Amino acid sequence: MEQKLEKKARQYRRDILDMLYECQSGHPGGSLSCVEILQALYENVMKYDPKNPHWEARDRMVLSKGHACPTLYAILADKGFFPKEELKTLRQLGSILQGHPDMKKTPGVDASTGSLGQGASWALGYALAGKRAEKPFNVYCVTGDGESQEGMIWESAMAAAHYHLDNLTVLLDHNGLQIDGSNDQVMGLGNICAKYEAFGWEVCSVDGHDVAAITAAIQAPRCGKPRFICCNTVKGKGVSFMENQVGWHGKPMNQEQYEAACRELEV
Amino acid sequence: MAEKKSTRIAYGEALAKLGAVDEKVLVCDADLAHATMTANFLDKYPDRFYNFGIAESNMMTSAAALAHCGYTVFASTFAVFGAGRAFEQVRNAICYTKANVKLGCSHAGPSCGEDGGSHQAVEDISLMRTLPNMTVLVPADATEMEKAVFAAAKVDGPVYIRTGRLPTDICTESDTPFEIGKANVLREGKNIAIIACGIMVPQALLAAEALAKEGVQARVIDMHTIKPLDEAAVIAAAKDCGAVVTAEEHSIIGGLGSAVAEVLADGMNVPFERVGIQDSFGTSGKPPMLFEHFGLTDHHIVEACKRVLARKHCA
Repeated sequence: MEQKLEKKARQYRRDILDMLYECQSGHPGGSLSCVEILQALYENVMKYDPKNPHWEARDRMVLSKGHACPTLYAILADKGFFPKEELKTLRQLGSILQGHPDMKKTPGVDASTGSLGQGASWALGYALAGKRAEKPFNVYCVTGDGESQEGMIWESAMAAAHYHLDNLTVLLDHNGLQIDGSNDQVMGLGNICAKYEAFGWEVCSVDGHDVAAITAAIQAPRCGKPRFICCNTVKGKGVSFMENQVGWHGKPMNQEQYEAACRELEV
Repeated sequence: MAEKKSTRIAYGEALAKLGAVDEKVLVCDADLAHATMTANFLDKYPDRFYNFGIAESNMMTSAAALAHCGYTVFASTFAVFGAGRAFEQVRNAICYTKANVKLGCSHAGPSCGEDGGSHQAVEDISLMRTLPNMTVLVPADATEMEKAVFAAAKVDGPVYIRTGRLPTDICTESDTPFEIGKANVLREGKNIAIIACGIMVPQALLAAEALAKEGVQARVIDMHTIKPLDEAAVIAAAKDCGAVVTAEEHSIIGGLGSAVAEVLADGMNVPFERVGIQDSFGTSGKPPMLFEHFGLTDHHIVEACKRVLARKHCA
């Protein structure tokens, strides 16, 4: 994990820090861990039109770990769904950028998530719709590992295999940490890949900070099954003092921390 | 005696009719298609039906996603699961996003009978009524149910439709109007108003007949829409009659009685009583015995009316 982060990924991280420092709340750790996953989707994989965010044939992206929405907002702004100036309004009264994704307020957000587990069912419903649409589309869902303790993750996993939804890909941001500690301390996931495989999914693991590897895993040929990609990530990735630290799940930065973090991300 | 038919049967028949005229209608169920009667739709339009298995939470959120792709989605299960178990999915996926999902939830109230308290939703109206964007319908009989299903399909947003297992009296006519948010006065009267919903509407009509024999003229209002409540009908009832009784097959906490009380408390000082389940769970038994046990008969409505009338005349 020592390779230098790509320029764009550093810029998105800087945007995330700016947003979270400005609003003095939000979730840095899990936002920083999923940057490359969303980057792969929005730069290499998905079809969408920022000028027509409700284009019916677009691919859908459901950020099931909705607390990581600063990452999504940074990318949506960068792609032109809304002006970048909006980013500094995150979590403020009247903002189009809510503390958790709100599809009614933010152009480009496909599902209102944040209540953990629900995103997987949103993605399932979209994938069912994508199969019956005149212009079929694909559906991507980014889940968290703590979130994988929710029952809905497994209800929807069973249904996706039952309905042979090979237009559905779940990407797990597997950073190993959640609010109360590591996954293993709080509620061990066991062999998460084997679990999805047993539910009837195609399964693979990738370095979750390698955009090319994530892209290749998504684009590999399909065989009639939904696909689960375990993206191994580092919580707080890119900011040394946040990396692998449970405490940075949902803590605001003070000025000193913010400035130190920004220095680490300088181009 | 009036013809009897359950509202769940009427719900299933109406869905099949709706499916014939609106190809954007999808139906979801959670392994209860032959109990909620969505099987009527499944038989005719299997390619527009999704069985989610016994996973109501997953069904509700997926239904929201389907709806946001341009479909009108009817999602059905028992009321205790649809309004209760999946409450948070109904809240965050369906109501928060104003998804075009209609919840047709059956086996509500003690009229579901032998299955007992675990399956008799006594709080579903209350739960659904608190949700922003939600419309709540409790049709009085099978005839009204068909109209409710077609009206719900025209609403742009979530609707909760309460259906029942037990065949009950048909008390409205095929030409009785049905407009969401507009109460129907089924019997005129000036002495007292009985505001009822669901299967308590025919009971209210029986109660009014009994009261008439004692010289009391009761207005009977079919409040098929709990939300948005027809506040004008409640205020008119209080002003014209000076005494109000509500009747519902539901807890007296949070349902029709509470909704009416909220309106009356806003400046209408009239004697008032709620007929309903007195803050308890259901229990197993034959429906008629359960109605007696929980105080949900025409006789209980008559007694409540007499108590309220006594207070009115003391005042």
